[in-house]
Amino acid sequence: MKQNIHIEQKRDNPSSTSPDFCHRARQVEIVSFVLNSEPCQVAVPSHWTLLELLRYAIGLTGSKQGCDKGDCGACTVRLNGQPVLSCITLALDATEQHIDTVEGLGMGGTPHPLQNAFEECGATQCGFCTPGMMMSAAALIENKQKAEQTNISRLEIATALGGNLCRCTGYRKILDAVERAWAEMS
Amino acid sequence: MVKKKQNRESEPVAEDFRVIGKNHGKVGAMDRLTGVAKYTDDLSLPRMLHAKILRSPHAHARILNIDTSAAEALDGVFGVVVGSEMPTRYGVIPWTPDEQALAADKARYVGDAVAAVAARDEETANAALKLIDVEYEVLEPLCSPQAALASPLKIHENNKKGNISKHVKLEFGEVDNNLKKADLIIEGHYEFHGTNHAAIEPHCALAYYDNKDLLTIWSSTQVPHYLHRELAKVLVLETRQIRVIQPPLGGAFGAKSEPFDLEFVAAKLSMKTGLPVKCLYTREEVFFAHRGRHPFSMDYRMGFDQNGHILAVDAQTILDGGAYSSFGLVTTYYSGQLLCSPYTFDTFRFESTRVYTNKPTCGPKRGHGSVQPRFAIEVQLDKAAHALGLDPIELRRRNFLGENTRTVNGFVVGSNGFPECLDKIEEASRWRERYDKLPYGRGLGVAGSTYISGTNYCVYPSDLPQAGVQICLDRSGRARIFAGCSDIGQGSDTVLAVIAAENLGLEVNDIRVVSADTDLTPVDLGAYSSRITLMMGHACLMAAENLGKKVREAVAQHWECSAKQVILAGRRAQRLDDPEMFIPIQEAFVLAEAIYGTLGTVGYYDTPKEGVHGEYRGAPIGASPAYSFTAHVVEVDVDAETGDVEVIQIWAAHDCGRALAPILVEGQIEGSVYMGAAEALMENHELMPSGLNPGGRRKHGPGLEGVLAHTSLLDYPIPTTLDTPDIASIIVEKPDPRGPYGAKEAGEGPLHPVIPAIANAIYDAIGVRIDELPITPEKIVAAVQAREEENMKGVRHASASAL
Repeated sequence: MKQNIHIEQKRDNPSSTSPDFCHRARQVEIVSFVLNSEPCQVAVPSHWTLLELLRYAIGLTGSKQGCDKGDCGACTVRLNGQPVLSCITLALDATEQHIDTVEGLGMGGTPHPLQNAFEECGATQCGFCTPGMMMSAAALIENKQKAEQTNISRLEIATALGGNLCRCTGYRKILDAVERAWAEMS
Repeated sequence: MVKKKQNRESEPVAEDFRVIGKNHGKVGAMDRLTGVAKYTDDLSLPRMLHAKILRSPHAHARILNIDTSAAEALDGVFGVVVGSEMPTRYGVIPWTPDEQALAADKARYVGDAVAAVAARDEETANAALKLIDVEYEVLEPLCSPQAALASPLKIHENNKKGNISKHVKLEFGEVDNNLKKADLIIEGHYEFHGTNHAAIEPHCALAYYDNKDLLTIWSSTQVPHYLHRELAKVLVLETRQIRVIQPPLGGAFGAKSEPFDLEFVAAKLSMKTGLPVKCLYTREEVFFAHRGRHPFSMDYRMGFDQNGHILAVDAQTILDGGAYSSFGLVTTYYSGQLLCSPYTFDTFRFESTRVYTNKPTCGPKRGHGSVQPRFAIEVQLDKAAHALGLDPIELRRRNFLGENTRTVNGFVVGSNGFPECLDKIEEASRWRERYDKLPYGRGLGVAGSTYISGTNYCVYPSDLPQAGVQICLDRSGRARIFAGCSDIGQGSDTVLAVIAAENLGLEVNDIRVVSADTDLTPVDLGAYSSRITLMMGHACLMAAENLGKKVREAVAQHWECSAKQVILAGRRAQRLDDPEMFIPIQEAFVLAEAIYGTLGTVGYYDTPKEGVHGEYRGAPIGASPAYSFTAHVVEVDVDAETGDVEVIQIWAAHDCGRALAPILVEGQIEGSVYMGAAEALMENHELMPSGLNPGGRRKHGPGLEGVLAHTSLLDYPIPTTLDTPDIASIIVEKPDPRGPYGAKEAGEGPLHPVIPAIANAIYDAIGVRIDELPITPEKIVAAVQAREEENMKGVRHASASAL
């Protein structure tokens, strides 16, 4: 019986691949923002997080959920260039803002220097923390470039990545990779 | 039945390799770096449901009744499942099946699964869980081994020996005699606490039963084969009706090495609803599922002669097992069996008792069962060195086991680079100039260790190979490897690609590795006990050599020369005696396909069984084809006033036989070292004092015990970039005749020495011993104060006598 209801509701709702396809009526908001340099508009329940918006409404699963409470940093994306924890940021906070995710790193099939450096240095093992790690690193590098700073210290990198937990690498190769990418980009 | 067995004992190869030992990218790394790789939770299927699991709030309670009617009636709920629908008891070790997919009769820890709901979204599923009415009869919670051993109440009613999950007692030589002969006896009591793996990816499973007799399950497992078997057993299906796929995995470290409630729940709910069902653990559930390091309570007594030689080791251990068996039978053996190297003991006795408690189940964490005893023995050695006035590195050298030898408990050890490891760290840390000479508060500590490269036997009785691959070549000059093993981030796909590329004249990125899909790949037993490099390495080498031979013979026919004159290297087939004569590798593959037909072959490996261990009950447990060796020096800075310990640097030298992919070996060393350092100083998977909630804020009524203290990554503090010390990873290569190209393990051994080396360094820094882990500032301050009071007493005593 229940299954029938399920199917009928599905028929009424064209976005059947979304887990939200038969939600009870609830407040849905339209969020307009710039995602990885492309204008984007999407309807999401108003209580959804930015991570849910990215993963479920848009299907960009590169940003990961490791803790769902802002402890691990695997969900880090950039909001107007600055790293934010998308699992504790409301989707509505993205309205009219610029959001960048790992999928936007590198252009047209050419990897970003961070991606190359992470690969060359062996800075990714399981890779689950890596997208968030790179978003924090990308923000650090760009912020420093904007401030026209020409040197980067290991401690600066470690501090900028301090909110991104990695359980595989012991961090050393990650710090190496960010140093290498910095050298490449400056 | 014709038994085909292949026990490869390849000689270490001296020639220059083209691919092996070089630095190349990790297979699949760019997919992970671009967000393309789809981990289990990244997958979704049309009309997919979400499952959530109801967990017991009681540490120990009989389940009298479960009423799910209100949950079933909730809008958006499609299915509910309870324990009685999957009553079959299972366990990753077939001799100890004591778990049910959902507890049917009793809940045995806070967090034990009792029912599950599939609904249109997680929110609805969570709402439905609140509507399930479980009637419990609360029983006395037995939250420590002492309480469980003292109580007549059994956690598992059918267990024959009260609350003892496993008891092992083995003696090699006459320990008591040797203790009597000894010039020095060192006795110590050591406590090792519980720790969680805390992989960043929480466990996740997605199941779809398509009503055409096929259950497909995507799971973040590191043992697809064992999961496959247990799913069939519990769901009462044939194995041919089940396909297990392991998508890219976000870290495991032993946390995902057996079946979990979520896989059974997702599968059963998919069978009941006919829809795909996903179940994703919250971080709290990861801490409930646990299977982390067992808390060990250890009493060690060791006898030495005046030159520092170890005459006797007597080890008594209580293991706090938690609610279920998991790998506990093996853990109990490992707690003693893996101690007998890299030092030689005249005599050895151990008695280990694993006890069921009403706590999350302990299991295998990186360095399964041997990290805890390693802490005890390496601190014991440090104490002995001080008592004898010997340098701790020198004491370790004097007790070196040697190579191509047997341990006191009968394990056959091949190559052994332990002395080289000691040399390297001694030099790198400038030990001789600095040990025992640094200012108060600064100290150096050393420790050594050993680990297995896979275990000699499968967890169930079997005459079949432990590892298998299939390799196919295609006309475009590429190879595809189909391998049952699980790349859990450690890079096993890369190891296979390196071996195949070396043999087939290809580059690593010419090779596509399809791994861990029970429909597509031959069986491999999984990513545990550091077995893949050695075992799958051999299987892959066998297949790649066979294919390489065919390609060389085909090219030789074409050139009308002998196959020995043809080498495959650098994407070419070329004449050995004439480097100018070559064809591109794809042409060589085409020539071979024209002669031999479609190019594909299989390779497999089984461990040597004869004469590699003793002949006593339990002798094979812990026996391995080859053993790795490790030595570390740690430098610490200790503030004796506040008890703060800063690890300044760790030098870690590891003998991995041969580094097939050095950058991955370094990654394994660094990751191990970091994880061990955190176990020594930061992490503790412990319970709240009774009656408190997580966070300690609110008192519950009496009877609520066994609540985990730390269930988030904020409360359970794993190290950040800023907490992690500098790590110098040093690769030592002593090729082992039993490893492929001489390779041994690298993923677990390097964790062991960090913890005792830190403890020993703290002693060098401030002169106090902390034998109970984790080493917290409170314990250091207390130890310093106790010493000062002792000194004061001494002063008072001295001045009194002077008067």
